[in-house]
Amino acid sequence: MSARPRLATALEIAAPIVAVGLALAAGGAFILAAGEDPFAIYALIFRQCFGTGYGLGQTLFKATPLIFTGLAVAIGFRGGLFNIGVEGQLYLGGLAAALAAVALAHTPAPVPLLGALVAAALAGAGWGAIPGVLKARFGAHEVINTIMMNFVAFSLVAFVGRRVFEIATVRTLQIPAAAELPRFDVWLPALRGSPANVALILAVLLALAVGYLMFRTRFGYAIRAVGFNPGAAEYGGIAIGRTQTITLAISGAVAGLGGVNFVLGYKHFFELGFSAGAGFLGIAVALIGRNHPLGVIVAALFFGALSYGGLVINQRVPKELVEMLTALVILFAIAVQQVMERAARSLR
Amino acid sequence: MSAPVVALRNVTRRFGSVVANDDVTLEIAPGEIHALVGENGAGKTTAMRVLYGILPPHAGHIEIDGHTVRIARPQDAIRLGLGMVHQHFMLVEPMTVAENLTLGHEPAAAFGAYRAGAAQRAVEELSRRYGLAVDPRARIRTLSVGAQQRVEILKALHHGARVLILDEPTAVLAPQEVDELFRVLRGLAAHGTSIVLITHKLAEVRAIADRVTVMRAGRVVGGGALTSLTHDAIAELMVGRAMAPLVVERTPGVEGVRLEVNDLEVFDARGLAAVRGVSFTVRGGEILGLAGVEGNGQHELIECLAGLVHARGGTVRIDGRDAPRGTRARFAAGLAHVPADRHRRGMIEPMTLAENLILGLERDPALGRGPGLDPAALARHARALLEAYDVRPPDPRARAGALSGGNQQKLVMARELSRNAGVMLVAHPTRGVDLGATAFIHRRLIAARNSGRAVLLVSSELSEILALSDRVMVIFDGRIVFESTARATDERELGHYMTGGAGATA
Amino acid sequence: MMELLLFVAATLRITVPYALAAAGASFSERGGVINIALEGIMLNGALGYILGAYATGNPWAGVAAALVAGVLTAALHALVTVYFRADQITSGLGVNLLAAGLTKYVLVAVFHSSSNSSRVPGLDLVTGFGLERIPALGPVLAAPLVLLAIALTLGGQWLMFRSVFGLRLRAIGERPEAAATLGISVGYYRTLGVLISGALAGLAGAWLASEQHSFTDGMTGGRGYIALAAMIVGKWSPVGAAAACLLFGAAEALQITLQGSRFPSEILQMLPYLVTMLTLAGLIGRAVPPRAVGVPYDPERP
Repeated sequence: MSARPRLATALEIAAPIVAVGLALAAGGAFILAAGEDPFAIYALIFRQCFGTGYGLGQTLFKATPLIFTGLAVAIGFRGGLFNIGVEGQLYLGGLAAALAAVALAHTPAPVPLLGALVAAALAGAGWGAIPGVLKARFGAHEVINTIMMNFVAFSLVAFVGRRVFEIATVRTLQIPAAAELPRFDVWLPALRGSPANVALILAVLLALAVGYLMFRTRFGYAIRAVGFNPGAAEYGGIAIGRTQTITLAISGAVAGLGGVNFVLGYKHFFELGFSAGAGFLGIAVALIGRNHPLGVIVAALFFGALSYGGLVINQRVPKELVEMLTALVILFAIAVQQVMERAARSLR
Repeated sequence: MSAPVVALRNVTRRFGSVVANDDVTLEIAPGEIHALVGENGAGKTTAMRVLYGILPPHAGHIEIDGHTVRIARPQDAIRLGLGMVHQHFMLVEPMTVAENLTLGHEPAAAFGAYRAGAAQRAVEELSRRYGLAVDPRARIRTLSVGAQQRVEILKALHHGARVLILDEPTAVLAPQEVDELFRVLRGLAAHGTSIVLITHKLAEVRAIADRVTVMRAGRVVGGGALTSLTHDAIAELMVGRAMAPLVVERTPGVEGVRLEVNDLEVFDARGLAAVRGVSFTVRGGEILGLAGVEGNGQHELIECLAGLVHARGGTVRIDGRDAPRGTRARFAAGLAHVPADRHRRGMIEPMTLAENLILGLERDPALGRGPGLDPAALARHARALLEAYDVRPPDPRARAGALSGGNQQKLVMARELSRNAGVMLVAHPTRGVDLGATAFIHRRLIAARNSGRAVLLVSSELSEILALSDRVMVIFDGRIVFESTARATDERELGHYMTGGAGATA
Repeated sequence: MMELLLFVAATLRITVPYALAAAGASFSERGGVINIALEGIMLNGALGYILGAYATGNPWAGVAAALVAGVLTAALHALVTVYFRADQITSGLGVNLLAAGLTKYVLVAVFHSSSNSSRVPGLDLVTGFGLERIPALGPVLAAPLVLLAIALTLGGQWLMFRSVFGLRLRAIGERPEAAATLGISVGYYRTLGVLISGALAGLAGAWLASEQHSFTDGMTGGRGYIALAAMIVGKWSPVGAAAACLLFGAAEALQITLQGSRFPSEILQMLPYLVTMLTLAGLIGRAVPPRAVGVPYDPERP
């Protein structure tokens, strides 16, 4: 029996790598169409993202929210749910963090920061719980509902923003210094100038916590049971609707915390449109990371690098290529997974 | 003997490392009823799927009327005169009989319009020709199982089948419906149609077949005319050893009432009454068998008793106390449940054996501190159970989905029997389970009974019910229509009440 | 009275892309393939219209290009879900993401802007039948794509429920194994169903682009997802789906009508999405999808 798990694990890791490779190859075709050399472009991205201190810092900065959203989507997937509302949850989380920090401006030191973090998590949790309740009570499929919640979130933020933003801007007031998450370049001068900040530490800790929740706790067991086989979970006395709602709430909370990278760690205020697609990228991160916390971290670094890399190459190849690459990774990932699963079955 | 109408020659088919068919050679004569027997997993269905073009063989070939043919898809098989009635009917439920029967050969008008009237008439004509009564305009989901089976047979005949393959056709039929089916098959055989009957029920083989082929572990191990083989000879070929009769050591004496059900009313998923005022008791040290054709309320009854479905009326008492709401509470109140469908309800296949063994138990304080689960405790818990119940492989980290049917069922039994529950609900415990595991499970159920538990046994195998139960009941249309001790009744009588025969006790 | 007619006209205008997409989607789902990719197909269709009309100056070339774009995008979804048998929802999301990126990429490459294209001609009204002279409703009813949408919806209804093709498609969506054992190719019909939904969603995109006379980044604004919800409400029939779209179209028309009133515009913008969510919550339980929808068909493990 020992030979098979190793093979299975090998395939688990191989599939995303193959998918990424294929996507990069497909992306290479588009680069050629733009008149550039794909190898040169990819090499440039790699050099800039990991070869320079500033670039590394940018990569880490861009990867940070993806760890949050990737974890959030992964939690959903493990629970058998599609949380596509990560974008909206992150967005609202960021706003909540900024508003809470400002409201707590005159309280002593750790309170504004903690308050902001709690607010971000609660806002995301609430936003995730709504589609959860709709699914639990009415059986409404969460895919369309969570996507709708994204659009509602954008409108809601615009509405609230008009009333709380600084005059003639699209951002909130500056948060108090006590709520700021320090930047890494304070301690690591090599990363100077980059906005990578302590939110990354928070993300990694959260990844460990999610891993513990999923695989070492009773509730994590319930989440996974419902995700694999709701009929058996029900038989075992697990309340399906309640579990699904809580799963989406936890997922939303994690996504909501993703907003603090920008709001508390970089600009120190909330700004319209700051989330920039981190939600959909989270889906790719979860898929490539195979819904596992460690995989999510690695995948987030990869997509973070691509994200920054897109800016780097923008003069030569439109940065929208990165968005297309992400989509291609998703499509290749699920196709390759099927091919590999079938190969594994015939080998057994 | 004239050339066999169809023959498999040296057919081999693998699934990964499992050889499902190993050099199988099989001949079917024209107009004969040929039984293909073997345990679950012997390779009978695989051989027929190769024949019907659903699976390509890795070696060997097929002959029709002595000529080698290539059957790459079911279409080819149909064209060559083969027809198959699968165990799970291949019928589109919301569509009508006519639509199902003409699918693939639809009468069409200009622009591809479907001519429903012509389809209807074609079905009426078919029905007349073969003497199989069906209503072309009825929707499949409104038909009884026997009627649906007739539609499937008609479908095969409509496509010109000279050889009709039936996969476990009597699994879902009551004894009287089986008689009717056999009448139809004999009629078809008399007119030259060959019948291949895949089954593991030896009694039926004797009743209907002319010749038999026995398969075991992917190989053909024997066969011949029924007149030259005894029941035991066939059984021995199937199992590879002399079959020991099921020895049931019963301790005498029965204890107090442990499960009490009064006027129970349960609705099904569609909101229709499935259990209409059922009352019975089960005592400690007793097995009460519940017989019935599928779909007469036994499924809803069990699900209600287990706490999965709320009763609309009536009461349930476990060990003298009102049964609490919900499965978890009922487990705590002394109930165990071996569900009818282990795949859908009983286990979680992608999870490990250790994780499956704590289903419903994950809140047990012994398994971890606070909100956490201790992997070592889980492994210990699992190892003990896996060994005690002979689950193979006894590896707590193996995936449940990788186990054979028999081992999966033993896994579920291990979990449920270790609950130390006073009342056990056991549904179809040996469905899809090989003979070895079946014997093991039967022995464990008897042991549970002997240790003072009350067992409610639901099964579609009347032989199993009669062998294991102390008392039996029959459920029909949501009501208990017959009760008796197991010794005082037999399969005929049970079958009579299962199909709504007269004389039902209220 | 005039106001009411104008409201109806606006509703019809807004409903057209939803109805086309939803009616088309019913062919995909009746065959068993969930098509979340409607959003991306519409987007590509819109861009296709712009490119076609821009390159030739002829709006009908735009319509043709939109059709091609829609079918090709749907073909990608079909490739991943039917051929590779991968998860249909994730594939749909991937296709949508790809379309979002691709359209922006092309915008930059062709029009040198990451948000708008140049202006292109729209479709002229159908004259000669007097439709255009009907007060208030004329300009809508005489629009060629509106007439096409009505014809396609009715034709689609016939195709789905009265033709051999529709019978086979629906059988596959309920019980693919049954159809397969009768020699019907599940993959073939499912792919056709997805391609039909691609063609109609592409036309929906063409309508949006021709109305706007340009392409803006993200111009579909979630309509694809709303169309899917409408299809569910309409119980997977082309006419039912289109009728349900009127509900959502009216909600959006209402939102536009109320702009500039005291209602904050951002809250109004939420209206179509909230209506979608409420409708899905209200009608589930009575809406029964095709039995095999969402489940990839694998002949080796039916």
